[in-house]
Amino acid sequence: MPHDGHHHDAHDGHEGSALSPLALRVKALESLLIEKGYVDPQALDVLIETYETKVGPRNGARVVAKAWADPAFAEWLKRDATAAIASLGYEGRQGEHMVALFNTPETHNMVVCTLCSCYPWPVLGLPPVWYKSMPYRSRAVIEPRAVLMEFGLDISPEKEVRVWDSTAEVRYLVIPERPPGTEGFTEEQLAELVTRDSMIGTGLAGSPA
Amino acid sequence: MNGPHDMGGFTGFGPVKPEAGEPVWHADWEPRAFALVLAMGMTGSWNIDEARHARERLPALQYWRASYYEMRHYALILQLIELGLVTAMEEQQGRMAVPPLPVKRVAKAGMIPAILAAGGPANRPSNRPQGFAIGEKIRVRTINPAGHTRLPRYARGKAGEIVAVHGTHVFPDSNAHGLGEDPHWLYTVRFTAQELWGKDTRDCVMIDLWEPYLEAL
Repeated sequence: MPHDGHHHDAHDGHEGSALSPLALRVKALESLLIEKGYVDPQALDVLIETYETKVGPRNGARVVAKAWADPAFAEWLKRDATAAIASLGYEGRQGEHMVALFNTPETHNMVVCTLCSCYPWPVLGLPPVWYKSMPYRSRAVIEPRAVLMEFGLDISPEKEVRVWDSTAEVRYLVIPERPPGTEGFTEEQLAELVTRDSMIGTGLAGSPA
Repeated sequence: MNGPHDMGGFTGFGPVKPEAGEPVWHADWEPRAFALVLAMGMTGSWNIDEARHARERLPALQYWRASYYEMRHYALILQLIELGLVTAMEEQQGRMAVPPLPVKRVAKAGMIPAILAAGGPANRPSNRPQGFAIGEKIRVRTINPAGHTRLPRYARGKAGEIVAVHGTHVFPDSNAHGLGEDPHWLYTVRFTAQELWGKDTRDCVMIDLWEPYLEAL
């Protein structure tokens, strides 16, 4: 495979109006694969639009809010997360085998994929850069508390930190603890408090204003 | 293989840098590269385990230096050239020089929602008996396979406890090498931080492991 040995940083592709060597290389491959008839250019646009606008962490927030508001749904989520989540319309690629991890006063769950970047796309969208980065993938399993401190999260030593390494096709969604002071909130109001990081386990749900 | 992808336990890569208000993409080429990987995957020219193995076979320093979508792009090129779907010269020039090879499917725009919704479940029926039950203590085998494996190095030789059984799933060590799906029982195994790292905390790591990786303790 041809390589020029230079590091094309993902963030430096905008010197003047010229495209970076990597941007040119991606463009060239796109033209080639279209010319060869392997890919449909409109399909590429649909794929991009799907993950820009349709699939993202608001989906997961709806799952969490429903779990907080509806004990029967929470039970279903514990028993068969794939089916419970699919009942809200979130299913498919990278969410084929879902497991929900409920945080409790005794246990804090966090999710990593040390071997690649496995992540529950239907409920959280595409993973953030830090989740796919070498520091997170390498350190989450050996020093989870130090990593959580970098997110500003100081977990009490009395609590067990449980790190889930997604090595198979099972995908994990953390259900954060419901914040106090949210009694009587609607599911929509609750969903507003659910951050993406709280569903990976590197954050907590927000407090009501 | 003991490749550059097997990151668990390294500590030399610096701090994690969360980004406030992070955008989905960080450069204009990223969505294009992402969509090419997905669309080529939909041609059925390889399975998910072969795709992962292609990334792991990139030179270690290239793997560690590249951003995520950059690394995926390099792995895509590697697969396209290995399978003869594209030649190295075509990749450099961005122009067709030899006719395309037939592929199983070309995903048209209208097919994308259904393909994404269907996904690619990994559970498969199997007649193999279930070797371990919830609560059972196991030890992970000390193995260093030359090919693809989903057994992280940091768990090898370690003792743990079965905490969940997921049924029988496609075995990546076989499926990544054209040896068939060979489904095996998949378990979640709990390891204490004491066992993995010699740390005196109550923390633990849960890892999904297939039965061939495990032996009774």
